[in-house]
Amino acid sequence: MTLSDGRDTDAHLRTDRPAQAASEFVQLLDPDGTRVTAPGYDQWIADLDDAALLALYRDMVVIHRVDAEATALQRQGEIGLWPPLAGQEAAQVGSAHALRDDDFVFSSYREHAVAWCRGLRPEDLLKVWRGVAGSGWDPYELGMATPQIIIAAQTLHAVGYAMGIQRDGTDQAAIAYFGDGATSEGDASEALVFAATYKAPVVFFCQNNQWAISEPVGLQSTQHLAQRAAGFGIPWMRVDGNDVLAVMAATRIALERARTGGGPTYIEAVTYRMGPHTTADDPKRYRTDEELESWRGRDPIARLEALLRSRGALDDDGASDLAREADAAAAAVRAACVSLPDPEPLSIFDHVYAEPNSHVQRQRDHYARYLAMFDEPGPGGEGARA
Amino acid sequence: MSTLTLGQALNAGLRRALEDDDRVVLLGEDIGTLGGVFRVTDGLQRDFGEARVVDTPLSEAGIIGTAVGLAYRGFRPVCEIQFDGFIYPGFDQIVAQVAKLHARTQGRVRMPLTIRVPFGGGIGAVEHHSESPEAYFTHTSGLRVVACSNPQDAYTMVRQAIASDDPVLFFEPKRRYHAKGDVNVDADLADAPPMGVATVAQRGGDVTLVTYGALVQVARDAAAAAADDGVSIEVIDLRSLSPVDYPTVEQSVRRTGRLVITHEAGQQGGVGAEIAASITERCFEFLEAAPVRITGHDVPYPPAKLEQHHLPDLDRILDGVDRVLGRPNSLTGVEG
Repeated sequence: MTLSDGRDTDAHLRTDRPAQAASEFVQLLDPDGTRVTAPGYDQWIADLDDAALLALYRDMVVIHRVDAEATALQRQGEIGLWPPLAGQEAAQVGSAHALRDDDFVFSSYREHAVAWCRGLRPEDLLKVWRGVAGSGWDPYELGMATPQIIIAAQTLHAVGYAMGIQRDGTDQAAIAYFGDGATSEGDASEALVFAATYKAPVVFFCQNNQWAISEPVGLQSTQHLAQRAAGFGIPWMRVDGNDVLAVMAATRIALERARTGGGPTYIEAVTYRMGPHTTADDPKRYRTDEELESWRGRDPIARLEALLRSRGALDDDGASDLAREADAAAAAVRAACVSLPDPEPLSIFDHVYAEPNSHVQRQRDHYARYLAMFDEPGPGGEGARA
Repeated sequence: MSTLTLGQALNAGLRRALEDDDRVVLLGEDIGTLGGVFRVTDGLQRDFGEARVVDTPLSEAGIIGTAVGLAYRGFRPVCEIQFDGFIYPGFDQIVAQVAKLHARTQGRVRMPLTIRVPFGGGIGAVEHHSESPEAYFTHTSGLRVVACSNPQDAYTMVRQAIASDDPVLFFEPKRRYHAKGDVNVDADLADAPPMGVATVAQRGGDVTLVTYGALVQVARDAAAAAADDGVSIEVIDLRSLSPVDYPTVEQSVRRTGRLVITHEAGQQGGVGAEIAASITERCFEFLEAAPVRITGHDVPYPPAKLEQHHLPDLDRILDGVDRVLGRPNSLTGVEG
């Protein structure tokens, strides 16, 4: 700004931005489903044939349907809470399809599609949200850590895991999924410091879905989020997060850098959360119908469907078959959810420690005796208390 | 048998752990070339390399959060927090991640972290360098919290902590780092007392005095002074603050009928409060007097020139002993 005495306070400030104009993002599939070219990116998805494109489409359609079913299950009281992913199918499916089975995922709580692509069983999807388990799956079986509720905490875990990969000398990679809100947390910055310092084989995958509950991304940053990485010396890419091809290409580039000693890469996938943050909030209170409609026109599933139809890889019969498959998957999730039994009360004492712990053992024994009182006949021949 | 300072004993224990298990990785600020601000890791990076002994950025959440990832990968990280008062930026990773991941994953993911923390005052330091934050962690399920008090324990307990499949907050009494003692570095770990067991530092029959860390020596000095006065004090070194070895404390209190607990940390919500309550529940009928706590005051750790008024010393401990014996003391005649 120019002060009243004519001095310019900005004269010596630098606002240089990295080479890629920050207002742009990489796109390989436009909102109409037209394949567009992006130099440097096209080659990374050149191998995708109709079958591979259909596989991406299939996962997006199925998880979209399952996500809607989970929302319905919450409304019907079968689960306590659900964070819908609708709108972010391309960001999640595109990146997950770039991963190898032996890579390791550290995610937030909305990456249901990533878990789905990693082989999640329907019966494990809703355990946490129904409140019957702390974790829905075995992290080592899926190659995916327990989803993280504390914002950004998992970014450090991913870097630490990647440091372990370095010590083991393998060409695996770790990937950290996080949202736009998470970029404001200290842990996210600390993760970038560690990753850059040690050149850890990790991919930072930011799904900028524009909203952290009710807070717009502009409240987290005045710059594009991907530019955060530049300050840490970490290369970055900013891609259309509703374009499954761009996401997949960027993730493949980042993973290849990780596998070949290139160190960390930061991807900002620009997308939009179509639903609420969770079933507990009402997005109508904080965003407009116009905004929602503008994003509806960029739907990630519709644009891949348009591409597939234009290539003759999908017709009405194929779409109907897929819709039936998605309905069946949703029905399987529903059936598995409602049949999840409540765990045994004393199981709360299990696994607090890996080794015996006298304090927990004593409380467990006491509570077991207390519970047993309800089963034993009292002096009058009836239950001690009922 | 070697004569080592407590700091040297820790160094020997860490060296042994690095030798025994190539999945052990040390992480911390200044632990490499410098060997740590207290030299506890002296020479370890030279001998084991930068991949095993890692100088980290200045980030406590970063140190502990990346250690979580390493543990996910099957490593056994040993984090050094430079000073007690610096642990708070890493608090979330400790209590929300390290402590809970084993339970959260139904036992599938192990978190065998050791987090070493030099703790306590008495060295004339500036603020944030003399704190006793142990109670924050004893309140968190899933963590083990221990404190060593002498070179032999330092050597064996740090190895036990690293070998444990549970996360351990390992508190080191920094004003005892230079205290010397005999250490049997060749002893089989299996022959040493388990990490969770309290030891009797001094036998006695009139009063049970429970403490840990740097105050074990002060308590022993108090016991020696009391003996001149005809009072026999049994000093118990808790060693493990979570879980507490209550049977050992109970056994002593059942004999003496009198309990004094002393620690540097403030009184409210502290380890002493927990022990006083638990022992009262467990052996009320054996107590001749209400348990007494002699602790740091519930104030921010004071400037160095005043710390002798904050830290329990021999005389304050003996005043507490007088209270449980019903002898004239600082509270005699005080009501309310």
